[in-house]
Amino acid sequence: MKNSIIFTALLLLLLAVSLLSLCLGAVRISIPELLSIIGHKVGFGSEVLFRPQQEAVFINIRLPRVLLGMLVGSALAVSGAVIQGLFRNPLAEPGLIGISSGAMLSAALLIVLEVPVILAMKAFLGYYALAFAAFLGACLTTWIVYRLSMRSGKADITTLLLAGIAINALSGAFTGLLIYLANDEQLRNITFWSMGSLGGANWKTVSTIVPFAIIPIAILPFFAKSINALALGEAQAMHMGINVHMLKRIVIILATLGVGASVAVSGLIGFVGLVVPHIIRMAFSSDHRLVIPASALLGAVVLVFADLVARTIVSPAELPIGILTAMIGTPIFIYIIMRERKKRFF
Amino acid sequence: MEALTVKNITYRVAGRTLLDDVSFVLPRNKMLAIIGANGAGKSTLMRILCKELEPSSGSIDLCGRSLSSYTVAELARFRSVLSQHNTLSISFRVDELVMMGRYPHFSQQPSMMDYEIVHKALAETGMDSYSTRDYNTLSGGEQQRVQLARVMAQIYGQQNALLFLDEPTNGLDLLYQQNILQLARMMTGQGCTVVSILHDINFACQYADYILLLKQGKTIAFGTPNQVVTAENVLTAFQVSINQVEHKDYRYPLIFPALAPFPKNND
Repeated sequence: MKNSIIFTALLLLLLAVSLLSLCLGAVRISIPELLSIIGHKVGFGSEVLFRPQQEAVFINIRLPRVLLGMLVGSALAVSGAVIQGLFRNPLAEPGLIGISSGAMLSAALLIVLEVPVILAMKAFLGYYALAFAAFLGACLTTWIVYRLSMRSGKADITTLLLAGIAINALSGAFTGLLIYLANDEQLRNITFWSMGSLGGANWKTVSTIVPFAIIPIAILPFFAKSINALALGEAQAMHMGINVHMLKRIVIILATLGVGASVAVSGLIGFVGLVVPHIIRMAFSSDHRLVIPASALLGAVVLVFADLVARTIVSPAELPIGILTAMIGTPIFIYIIMRERKKRFF
Repeated sequence: MEALTVKNITYRVAGRTLLDDVSFVLPRNKMLAIIGANGAGKSTLMRILCKELEPSSGSIDLCGRSLSSYTVAELARFRSVLSQHNTLSISFRVDELVMMGRYPHFSQQPSMMDYEIVHKALAETGMDSYSTRDYNTLSGGEQQRVQLARVMAQIYGQQNALLFLDEPTNGLDLLYQQNILQLARMMTGQGCTVVSILHDINFACQYADYILLLKQGKTIAFGTPNQVVTAENVLTAFQVSINQVEHKDYRYPLIFPALAPFPKNND
């Protein structure tokens, strides 16, 4: 199948899911009303078919939330695709190099510890303190994992994996300690944060995450060829003219930026980074020139859709989105494992 | 101009000397076979020649230029390497894999010429009917041939091309062992210089122009097959006595190990 057809189909799917998500919810907006709001905002379309409340919901709540879903979903899926390529392991995901556990630990630190430094930070950053701390924690742990994997100036993938596992376990232990120390309210905050939500979406979060999500999505496709070659092995990729050392660094930095920023604004959302690239590989091809951009699109579709379900299924309450992605993702993942196994026996 | 000039290469790691003062000159459009017992330093030498390892001392010139002055991207345009281990972590279709050989030659999208070269390389290795198959579902021998198609595609039509093969006949049945060496031989007729590690001394004699015989990192002999493969050299390098027989179809005498004394049963 031509790649352009796949991209067009995924774009149409994204458009459809986004429209659905923009229209559905506690305040319903029909398609004519939606078009009228957009027309009115852009400056043409004289007829006002909508109520002011609908306009407010659309502009201040739904639109930023859908955009945030797209950005976070794309960033998670693209990072997952390249990390799987880098580790030469289809079961790898960004969490492997400490991004998520680091974010989790520093989020827990911020929520639980009431020491002067943290209180000052909270006072200064206000609502964004948690996002800032999570992003910082994600970058810091990944940096430690990366440094630990260095051997004579070059990152060794096996050590990277082992260091990732070790640092993940250590951050997990400290997070556990903080959870043990937490009071009931803090415990509830930590738990909800760890299950993810796009509930914090507003124009400010969207504009903050834009560069962090767009840079990896825009740059990583240029390394698609190199990541393909890496599937053959590091030495083989080098023989094909690829600077493997630089490639590793770029992939790790960009994945950390994308996932770190996503986790910062939306908490932990699992399975998107793991499963979305697999669906693309299974359905079409393993060529990363397709997998990276197609994962970006499908990641956006999945997250916008999951968020739509999360905020409508138990309305007026909201289900944490991480629960949904795991519920949808796990069966798909098991299906992938089974299919792979069948292939091997062939 | 020589394709490959190796001067006094020594490689030491962790107090052990894996290669000791190896030197040779390989003219263009010739095929060199590197032979030697296990642990002779064949793979280490190959990795040094491919810029995977830095030698502790000595120099290597490729086409009249120092190997260290090339970037990996420059090298990839005229030199390709077939490694011994070719497992894929993420499965690709056969034609996608062979197209990877063309990666050094295009930036984003392959040209018509790249597709043509992939097609030709698959045809020459007899794998053209497999082009849409999933690589991981192929047998070991088929995978090896696909990988050969990839490295051939990488240097296809290049002047002064170099092809490095690390035990290319490993795990193949007799027919394909011959096929692969014939293809390598054919490449030397198309402006390509070939360096191959081989286990089978007879194959090395029949297909290679030059042979380098190593033992524990040292050169035992370098030269044409009849200069290198003598009963004395083989005994030194492999600790095996050999018999040689002439046959009209072969350029050089065939060798086979002399019978070792059978262990006696004392029951």
